[in-house]
Amino acid sequence: MQKQRIEMDYSRYDFKNPTEYELKFEKGLSEEVVERISKLKNEPDWMREFRIKAYKFFKNRPVPQWGGNLNDINFDDIIYYMKPIKGKVDRWEDLPEDIRSTYDKLGIPEAEKKVLSGVEVMYESEVVYNRVKKELDDLGVVFCDTDTAVRKYPELVKKYFGKVVSSNDNKFAALNSAVWSGGSFIYVPKNVKVPMLLQAYFRINAASMGQFERTLIIVDEGADVTYLEGCTSPVYSNDSLHAAVVEIVALKDSHVKYITVQNWSSNVYNLVTKRAFAYENAFVEWIDSNMGSRLSMKYPSVFLMGRGARANTLSIAFANRGQHQDTGSKMIHLAPDTSSTVTSKSICVGGGRTSYRGLVKVVKGAENVKSAVRCDALILDDDSQTDTYPYMEVDEDNAITTHEASVGKVGDEQLFYMTSRGIPEQEALNMIVLGFMNEFIKELPLEFAVEFNRLIAINMEGSVG
Amino acid sequence: MSKLVISDLHASVNGRMILNGVDLEVRTGELHVLMGPNGSGKSTLSNVIMGNPKFRVESGGILLDDLNVLAMKPDERARAGLFLAFQEPVEISGVNVFNFLRTAASKVSKEPVNFSELKKRTTEYFKEVNLSENFINRYLNEGFSGGEKKRFELLQLMLLKPKIAVLDEIDSGLDMDTLKTVGELVRNSLKATGLLVITHYERIMDYIKPDFIHIISDGKIVKTGGIEILKAVKEKGYEQYRV
Ligand SMILES: Nc1ncnc2c1ncn2[C@@H]1O[C@H](COP(=O)(O)OP(=O)(O)OP(=O)(O)O)[C@@H](O)[C@H]1O
Ligand SMILES: [Mg+2]
Repeated sequence: MQKQRIEMDYSRYDFKNPTEYELKFEKGLSEEVVERISKLKNEPDWMREFRIKAYKFFKNRPVPQWGGNLNDINFDDIIYYMKPIKGKVDRWEDLPEDIRSTYDKLGIPEAEKKVLSGVEVMYESEVVYNRVKKELDDLGVVFCDTDTAVRKYPELVKKYFGKVVSSNDNKFAALNSAVWSGGSFIYVPKNVKVPMLLQAYFRINAASMGQFERTLIIVDEGADVTYLEGCTSPVYSNDSLHAAVVEIVALKDSHVKYITVQNWSSNVYNLVTKRAFAYENAFVEWIDSNMGSRLSMKYPSVFLMGRGARANTLSIAFANRGQHQDTGSKMIHLAPDTSSTVTSKSICVGGGRTSYRGLVKVVKGAENVKSAVRCDALILDDDSQTDTYPYMEVDEDNAITTHEASVGKVGDEQLFYMTSRGIPEQEALNMIVLGFMNEFIKELPLEFAVEFNRLIAINMEGSVG
Repeated sequence: MSKLVISDLHASVNGRMILNGVDLEVRTGELHVLMGPNGSGKSTLSNVIMGNPKFRVESGGILLDDLNVLAMKPDERARAGLFLAFQEPVEISGVNVFNFLRTAASKVSKEPVNFSELKKRTTEYFKEVNLSENFINRYLNEGFSGGEKKRFELLQLMLLKPKIAVLDEIDSGLDMDTLKTVGELVRNSLKATGLLVITHYERIMDYIKPDFIHIISDGKIVKTGGIEILKAVKEKGYEQYRV
């Protein structure tokens, strides 16, 4: 194969229009800023104290020196709280032409485009939203943004908030804990199987799709829910730091599937702490995609706390020029008869870099654990780079843990075979790449799968020289 | 009516000359057999005809009717009506067989292909080549047995209906019954296609009934004739044609 050239220019995603805010803080972070955020939100004392404590953790913790390069983040140059008047620009027409055409290429319907691009706040019409809302209400399912949850469901929130990911877990979780805003809150009562996919779209408030969002999902005994966050369209952002926290509590016999489809603009540091507690016989699935961004560090993890709990992470990462995806998964086996699988697929092209970083831990007393980790990487040219850092800490003799890794290149003979059937090289390459991601795409709802295919095609543009 | 004309073709791989002046003409409805010792350049010729970038054409020409084939990329050649059944088809994980066939068919055929019509047609072809319909849901060549790969190559020939096709050892590794099926289907495809069939075996001749047999040695066609050549090869081997 000839050396490939990548002409993908992520800067075209970068947002240029000035945005108006109802309220916008000065740059920089201090205890006073944290106090102000809490006060503005009218929060109870416990939350204010939680934030302040977290802020201190954040201040005292050094910037991590592993994973990707985080040293260029200037914490004083970030605005930690702002409340847009509405959306990000006023009119669809005000969006840069490039951005509009990307939406067209993705084939996103007109009505949705405006919401996704931040022009409008509502995704679904009021009618659809209210219908879904009513269905959920009837089931006793709570689905709202986390700010609202703090006010409306104080008991529930207080019981679990910050319990799965402590405010001192890591520097960025601490930061999120101090300044968080928005995110989703879900509570599914005992034995309720939520009959539809819950999407972050349904939240009324666009502000909740923020920089420091905080999501908490509690799935009660025997309950079942699938949640999808994000969208395939690029997230245009002036804010260079996205530090989110996602906490999931999967109680006995429950099942939760958390799907993430995100595509960040190339200036963003995407540093997300995602963790679930899986109790007896619970089953937790992370379906995670990492596209775009300058650096993503994200390792969805599951603490298998109860006997028979299961966990599954299926993730893909795509790194193009100037991008580093440092991603993986952590499975912490704390109870007997627990099992986990991790499947990680990564693709790098045009000088991009992907790293798999994962941990499987089996503590003493957690007998009959099974864990299987598989990492497959696909490198599309010689400028790109991929590595794996699988860590294992196994303190039980009868644990069965496996780790397989493969690094593949798209073979010249594969491309020749496909082109010899009339398929142009770029399309053939896209088909191979999509095929490589097939396991992940299969997990997406159909309309997302279609968009995702197009997204890959867009990202692959110009990858054949 | 189409015509592939190869003239004085010289080609190399990694700096080593493999083809040393090949001349050959194949027309619609004609069946040419190409035989020769291992390493004599048969697969190289096939690959050069189809445009595998691994091989370098040093001189000579290939024309398909009035098209300069050598100036075209492999996908353009396929769309112009060339086809190659590979001696060793590669496995491509993750690429779904039907999706692949559909994409190929839509690229090669001039009209848009109708999804359900295509599905029906492919299903019939799978039956004809004696492959289970379930192959439609598998990944491209992945885990196919040797014989299954050959039959799948044949199926693609039937689906894409090229003007000129090169079949590189489509009969290798087939059991007796399959050989008959494959041979007859190859013969059938002659209606719309001119064929260059590369083989080491006499057995398939009964089914494909060649019009011409060419012997290649050291990258050059050293003998052309009818079915009678087979006898000579059988008795005295390829050695007699050495230049
Ligand atoms: N990439 C390569 N580098 C070096 N030599 C090569 C390469 N590819 C092919 N060759 C050589 O070219 C010569 C012709 O090979 P080719 O595959 O065309 O033979 P063939 O006639 O098809 O043989 P067979 O009957 O065994 O299939 C062989 O000597 C082979 O080793
Ligand atoms: Mg050969």
